[in-house]
Amino acid sequence: MKRHLPIIILIAALLAGLAAPLATGASAPGFFVEVLLGGLMAGVLYSLVALGFVLIFKASGVFNFAQGAMVLFAALSVARMAEVMPLWVAALLGVGIMVLLAIVVERVVLRPLVNQEGVVLLMATLGVSYFLDGFGQSVWGSDIYEINLGLSKAPVLILRNVFQGGILINKDDVAAAVVAVLLVVALALFFQKTATGRALRAVADDHQAAQSVGIPLNRIWVIVWSVAGVVAVVAGMMWGSKLGVQFSISQVALKALPVVILGGFTSIPGAIIGGLIIGVGEKMAEVFLGPVMVRTFDLAGGGIENWFAYVLALLFLLVRPEGLFGERIIDRV
Amino acid sequence: MSAQPQAQEMIAQGRRIGEVLLSVEEVSLSFGGVNALTDVSFEVREHEIRAIIGPNGAGKSSMLNVINGVYHPQKGTIRFLGQPRHDVDTHEAAAQGIARTFQNLALFKGMNVLDNIMTGRNLRMKAGLLAQAIRFGRAEREELEHRAVVERIIDFLEIQAYRKTPVGRLPYGLQKRVDLGRALAMEPRLLLLDEPMAGMNVEEKQDMCRFVLDVNDQFGTTIVLIEHDMGVVMDISDRVIVLDYGKKIGDGTPDEVRGTQAVIDAYLGVSH
Repeated sequence: MKRHLPIIILIAALLAGLAAPLATGASAPGFFVEVLLGGLMAGVLYSLVALGFVLIFKASGVFNFAQGAMVLFAALSVARMAEVMPLWVAALLGVGIMVLLAIVVERVVLRPLVNQEGVVLLMATLGVSYFLDGFGQSVWGSDIYEINLGLSKAPVLILRNVFQGGILINKDDVAAAVVAVLLVVALALFFQKTATGRALRAVADDHQAAQSVGIPLNRIWVIVWSVAGVVAVVAGMMWGSKLGVQFSISQVALKALPVVILGGFTSIPGAIIGGLIIGVGEKMAEVFLGPVMVRTFDLAGGGIENWFAYVLALLFLLVRPEGLFGERIIDRV
Repeated sequence: MSAQPQAQEMIAQGRRIGEVLLSVEEVSLSFGGVNALTDVSFEVREHEIRAIIGPNGAGKSSMLNVINGVYHPQKGTIRFLGQPRHDVDTHEAAAQGIARTFQNLALFKGMNVLDNIMTGRNLRMKAGLLAQAIRFGRAEREELEHRAVVERIIDFLEIQAYRKTPVGRLPYGLQKRVDLGRALAMEPRLLLLDEPMAGMNVEEKQDMCRFVLDVNDQFGTTIVLIEHDMGVVMDISDRVIVLDYGKKIGDGTPDEVRGTQAVIDAYLGVSH
């Protein structure tokens, strides 16, 4: 933890340095907090998708390009099924579908490709990703669908006494954050406190040794892909309720890529914190840095939100390729 | 441990060698054009300590990996407990009662000593995933039972003080002990040790020798070990197999093997 500290402080200072003076300059601390919260909420969703990446990468060394497609597929399934049944039943069935998908992926893709190069598996998951995108639309349709979590869309005004004018906050954003926190806690308990979680950690550390104590890799893969599927259901429902269930979810999920570069490919806390940093960072940059850049360089407009995450990831690749919490990469030469 | 009644009986009678536990029959293994093992046959009897020695590249580790199910030989049969096996995977070999340690440590670096050894109990955990998750009834009981076994192993290996230490922080000699502990937690019929004393200083070697002998003596575990230290091999093993260039060139008690011309040639070289 100690070696991470300077980097964390650096990042925090960077973000604060970026945002704080501009915010106070705007002389509206309430607005600043609102942007911060908005960023955190978006960040929570990035974190959820990134979590799926990290789980699969840790346990099987596979960089799962299909995580975004899994989120879309889960969201589509839940949205369409919820039209004919209560949402919670649809969500449970959605989990069932994702477990089934995990079993199929293990049997059809992972097992025949065991011990292949990482790039081969990456390409395979790219294939899975396109297949899922298309298959989801064939089965469920390609319109924009709704997921209604039953929370009113009207924003709530809070902290009126603290900030002038109060802070506007969406109920479903708060719900998403709460659910995400619960999910992460549940996952942490599962990994740390159960025998199966121990077996998963064992496989993540050393495949061969794990097999030698009798842990079957195939079953472990089904379990992690299932867990990643469950995470996809949760993320899909959150995104879906926020933006509507549509094809772009699959693309937005790509933001998880810079998130895992930032947080480290093998770190669950890294995925969470990385997601929050990127969520907050891009909102801050868009709202506060954008206008400054427009004024200074006489630009047409913002759009920082679209590239901020990737530039931050690029910077990280240059100075700290293993990410905030990743295992240090040591290659023997 | 489950082998306890048997083990006690054994201590009472002094150590005795039993029936054939593992037989390797004309096993050949090649990687592409390279023959790692050629027609190797030998057997391992219950309760014995069997050493495999040979110069570098002789095929010792390959042999261990074949027994362990990492490699599947192109030719030959392996019988374990009298049953021929066909292309078993490593985890299936583990389920049959074969445990191993590794030449280059393969501990689970993210875990502490206790968790590392607990993974050895994996096969004996029967509670379902859901029961584990909510730590309900049987799962809770199971965890406690297994924990008790693991604590006995920790006592046996004298690593009580390091229970909660992440394994990466332990000195090399102790890591080797944890590796052994993880294998012991499986309560194996057959224990494979890949250079258990490699890289150790004299005291660490003496400790490890004592543990290996005690495991064999107290639990009746059959042991197959690869070792380079000739002094160690000759001291602790009942019978020795000598491999050279993938072929068996000697098999017998340490004294018999020591006198064999082929073995002397393999180790010291022959003048042409």
